[in-house]
Amino acid sequence: MSSALAVSALPAAAPSYLSPTGVEIAFVLIGLLVLGSALLVVTVQNLVHAALWLVVCLGGIAGEYLLLGAQLVAWVQILIYVGAIVVLLLFGLVLTRAPIGRTDELDVKYKLPAIVVAAAAAGVLVTVIVDAYHTTWLEPRAAVPQGTNAANGAALFRFWVLPFETLSVLLLAALVGAIVVSRRGADSESEENRGTA
Amino acid sequence: MHAVYPLLLGALLFAIGLYGVLARRNAITVLMAIELLLNAVTINLVAFGSLIRDQFNIGQVFTLFIITMAAAETGLGLAIVLMIFRQRGNADIDGQRQLAEPLGGPADETDPSADAVAIAPGDGGSEAEEEPVVARALAKTEAAR
Repeated sequence: MSSALAVSALPAAAPSYLSPTGVEIAFVLIGLLVLGSALLVVTVQNLVHAALWLVVCLGGIAGEYLLLGAQLVAWVQILIYVGAIVVLLLFGLVLTRAPIGRTDELDVKYKLPAIVVAAAAAGVLVTVIVDAYHTTWLEPRAAVPQGTNAANGAALFRFWVLPFETLSVLLLAALVGAIVVSRRGADSESEENRGTA
Repeated sequence: MHAVYPLLLGALLFAIGLYGVLARRNAITVLMAIELLLNAVTINLVAFGSLIRDQFNIGQVFTLFIITMAAAETGLGLAIVLMIFRQRGNADIDGQRQLAEPLGGPADETDPSADAVAIAPGDGGSEAEEEPVVARALAKTEAAR
């Protein structure tokens, strides 16, 4: 445990996989929940259910962040993803009159190539990661001081001020652009049409 | 914690998101799959951040940046999807064969009223209005040509 403070671990320091710690057990269980709900997001036929499974998936990922010692990121994940983005996606589903019940419109002819590509990506990534990192030990408790609001704020405004401000301009530009784009279809004629309807 | 657990979670989530992007047809579910891809990346960032623990706190700060960009991307993407739906009557990405706007074809469209069977009768008025709007927009581009 104490030797884990040394970055990226002496290979011999990693305990056996057969005696997992409590954090590891919790991480793997939540990870299975995340993966299962992610599979449901991409395979379930009911679009609204897909959006709701996305809530489970993103919430589980927030739990994983907590287990990795990143508390601010976890709460930002809950706030932004679950609170804002999923609601936005649900609004999108409603506004495009997505079919409410089960649909077969998700059965596309590219399903088999998609499975092949995804399986190949998973295979390559898993092989490389297991090969490279199976001896690396990560100590989440040592990362807790880095995950606090104070540490994140200090890093953000001491080292990352320019990207931060640039990103705020980007977000503003994207949202103004979204307003402009979604008003674009409403030219004068359809606007008065909508007024009379 | 062994570092492979979060890294494997990120890798598998990435593969699932990749499948979703490729196999889904509705544009909004494709956006959901893109969120999965972004989250796979941020899991990796947080994991490496707590592995390396540098003074710049780069993993978590970049995660915050990516979450912000995901919000921007989703807002803009949904605006585009809504505009396409308003003009073309459906939002299926494999049905879009025209890049031009207001897009060429009623031939491309599925009938919007077919999708709207489950909607309350009170919505019928706006439903009926949809077609003339599209037709008029098309006529206007034709005239412009």
